[in-house]
Amino acid sequence: MTLLQQAAGFPGAHSVLDPTGPQAALIKERLWDPMYGTAAVTFALVLAALFWAAFRRRRSSEVPDDPARERGMRVTVGLATGLTIVVLFVFLVIDAKVGRAITATPGHDALQIRVTGHQWWWEVQYRDSLPQRWVTTANEIHVPVGRPAVVELRSTDVIHSFWPPNLTAKRDLIPGKENSLWLQADRAGVYRGQCAEYCGHQHAKMAFLVVAQPVDSFADWLTRQRDTASTPTDSLTRRGQEVFLGSACPMCHAIAGTPAGSRVGPDLTHLASRRTIAAGTLPNTRGNLGGWIVNPQSIKPGAKMPPNNLDPDDLQALLAYLETLR
Amino acid sequence: MSTTLSPAEAPVEPGRRPASVSEVVMQLEETWRAEPGLRGWLRSVDHKSIATRYIVTAFVFFLLGGIEAAMMRAQLARPENTVLGPDAYNQFFTMHGTTMMFLFAVPIMEAVGLYLVPLMIGARNVVFPKLNAYGYWVYLFGGVFLYVMFFLNTGPDTGWFSYVPLAGPEYSPGKRVDVWAQTITFTEIAALVASVELIVTILKTRAPGMSLNRMPLFVWAMLVQSFMVLFAMPWVATASQFLAMDRLLGTHFFNPAEGGDPLLWQHLFWFFGHPEVYIIFVPALGFVSSIVATFTRRPVFGYPAMVLSMVGTGFLGFGLWVHHMFATGLPQLGESFFTGASLMIAIPSGIQIFCWIATIWAGRPRFTVPFLWVLGFVVLFIIGGFTGVMIASVPFDQQVHDTYFIVAHFHYVLIGGAVFPLFGAFYFWFPKVTGRMLSERLGRWNFWLFFVGMNLTFFPMHQLGFEGMPRRVYTYLAETGWGDLNLLASVGAATIATSVLLFLINVAVSLRSGSLAGDDPWVGDTLEWATSSPPRPYNFPLIPVVEGRSPLWGHPGELPAVAGLRTDVREVLVTSMLDAEPDSRHRHPPPTIWPFLTAVATAVTFITLIFTPWGLVIGAPLLFLALLGWAWPHGRDHAEQRRIEAEAPVEVTA
Repeated sequence: MTLLQQAAGFPGAHSVLDPTGPQAALIKERLWDPMYGTAAVTFALVLAALFWAAFRRRRSSEVPDDPARERGMRVTVGLATGLTIVVLFVFLVIDAKVGRAITATPGHDALQIRVTGHQWWWEVQYRDSLPQRWVTTANEIHVPVGRPAVVELRSTDVIHSFWPPNLTAKRDLIPGKENSLWLQADRAGVYRGQCAEYCGHQHAKMAFLVVAQPVDSFADWLTRQRDTASTPTDSLTRRGQEVFLGSACPMCHAIAGTPAGSRVGPDLTHLASRRTIAAGTLPNTRGNLGGWIVNPQSIKPGAKMPPNNLDPDDLQALLAYLETLR
Repeated sequence: MSTTLSPAEAPVEPGRRPASVSEVVMQLEETWRAEPGLRGWLRSVDHKSIATRYIVTAFVFFLLGGIEAAMMRAQLARPENTVLGPDAYNQFFTMHGTTMMFLFAVPIMEAVGLYLVPLMIGARNVVFPKLNAYGYWVYLFGGVFLYVMFFLNTGPDTGWFSYVPLAGPEYSPGKRVDVWAQTITFTEIAALVASVELIVTILKTRAPGMSLNRMPLFVWAMLVQSFMVLFAMPWVATASQFLAMDRLLGTHFFNPAEGGDPLLWQHLFWFFGHPEVYIIFVPALGFVSSIVATFTRRPVFGYPAMVLSMVGTGFLGFGLWVHHMFATGLPQLGESFFTGASLMIAIPSGIQIFCWIATIWAGRPRFTVPFLWVLGFVVLFIIGGFTGVMIASVPFDQQVHDTYFIVAHFHYVLIGGAVFPLFGAFYFWFPKVTGRMLSERLGRWNFWLFFVGMNLTFFPMHQLGFEGMPRRVYTYLAETGWGDLNLLASVGAATIATSVLLFLINVAVSLRSGSLAGDDPWVGDTLEWATSSPPRPYNFPLIPVVEGRSPLWGHPGELPAVAGLRTDVREVLVTSMLDAEPDSRHRHPPPTIWPFLTAVATAVTFITLIFTPWGLVIGAPLLFLALLGWAWPHGRDHAEQRRIEAEAPVEVTA
């Protein structure tokens, strides 16, 4: 996939009303659609009643508080109230059924993904019984189409909320508490999600992508992600790696296969394979990446990444190196 | 109630009681005289002058909160806009929420209640007038403090809900959150003071004959609201004090690493925060009932159902707080309880809407400006109510929670459900407060621009929520496609701003040259229309006796009145709780500076406490001295009180 193609899918689908997962579909089809219909009809009825009450033609003989008429009004108000209660009760039953269907645990073949919220990015981990097979990436979750994935949600700092609207409803990531949800993509595609709980300065730019791909290509992707980073082969990328290791970068970032192993910021082992940078803020192009490295504060003011005053040749070498991290 | 006296027949005791109405009035004028000048202004204990200040102050905060909203809409009008950066935007939305909830909505509802309730129940003043003055000053100092800090770039920036750990010491260093927590303390005190004031005033000083089942619906609304304040505010007080202790003293109430729990904050906050919505909404129901009755020329249909609905709302309002936490992953069984409760609260709201529609149907509506605001209220509130029912559903709420759908929902409920009736109330009672009418023509422009602007601003937000736009974002990417609807919303906000500007012009013009209102411009049915506009400091020359739910209708000429209350000293009548039988008479305090000084001492204590624990050492002696001055016994008063107590109870029979 070329960079241009990756950029074309930006920023990914993001709509409650266009569900591609079973839960989002249940919520739209079994809750929203009937609720919207009922509300629209009731609204029209109440408004009609209000306007009729206000503007109807009155006989001059009418007395405003005629006791005989009050009885009729009592019956009408009583009926309207009764009907309200019935509708609400029906709705309560439907709601409970949908709620149960949504939270029912998926089968045993579910993929396990751990998502950790950080100010202001998402750490994504695919665990395995062998720790050396763990995959750590950021802001991009890959899932196979049609297979449920259980997402464990944690936070190490403040409360965040995980929400890919096309796939499933949201769930908070709360420090000190283990939450989880499951999701499933029924169609291949790129779906956008965004942090929904206010989490400080850059809450607005804390997005992620869910990339749903056919089972085979997902397996390929996972295999490639398990590899350590490729060793630089030419002088330019070798210099880029030296720039990376010799500057402030390894204080926060890890690249598997190099001495850089810090977990403060996103893992960069396969940075170039990701579609976006800065948590779904920019398409991952060379220009954007360069701008981000030099002055992240102009793109995400308040973000934890400091500006990097690299000399132009070093920057070009670094970018060339980072582009090899596929 | 027994037969009663018209003023002319009042028995006269030699040397004490005046002989005629004009003498009564002259003596009352002298006894209840408002002191002139700044000194008099600071010492006032008259519920009307304090409530008027309260209303004006709260309205200024409404304008400030509105300016903040306008700035946010300017920022969001275009993607990646740069009107406000994230730091400023986060302060703005926090200030907007905090201002509108704590400094505008609750205080203004209580203030209108403090103005009208004594008039509606035929009392001379509220029961604890010094405490009332204290409440206002504390509120004012809290609000001013918050805005001074905001202008010093130390405005809170963690949202009006200040979720921990974001608002905790680790993620919000500096003083911003402390300023928020302490402002809350100020407003809590003011709100609690007003609620105690209203509860006792309503239960103990209604005019003879105004048994509970004859009380105007607005007074019921204020009674329910005050009880809700009494039970809701202590929770946010607890929460904000825990937060302040975590931040300033190093406790760990909310720190998960030390066994604290961030969800504890959310439970405490929303156990206050949800009733808060009804604290704002219930008085609005009272406005609507007053306006509907007056402009359909008949009492509101279904008085018992209306009262029970408000009381029911008051109770149910405390059972829904968890629906703010549906995304936190609580057990499903527990959540469905709160779904049930959230659905249930639609029932009393529905009953009231049906009763008003029935009233309008049966009556002869006059389409004045106050009535227009009520019609607008019904339309908008139904929309907000429907989305409210929808988000009672856990799965649906988990989709739209913390998105612009919710922003749309609660603005329909709060603007439609509370601000529209409030504007109706302004137009309705402005003549009573100032003696002059507001312009109907400007009023119609005011209404229609607000109505259109409101829908332009907030209706598109439902769709924005569905399209994935979360709340509290300072900007959004152009590629998200949210630009057009956001621009529309910003245009709507400008329309609302224009409308509010017209209201201000209307008020200014009316104060200078509005047509004179007279005592009863709308032919209302409740007691406030029986006295002059504006009312004199003693409210009524003679305390009326009430014989029905609509004391002014079907009562041509003089109202029956109480005789035997002294007019040469400040004396008020205390009646029994259920039936409003005359019970005893009470000496009423004269103007005093001590509430103001006590409020100053309170403010000094609270504000210095943010910066140093020595605040307590500085503040406590000041507070002690102020309270000493407040409660200092006056020999003269005591003798007076003993004399009053020795006298026979007031007569209301001829």
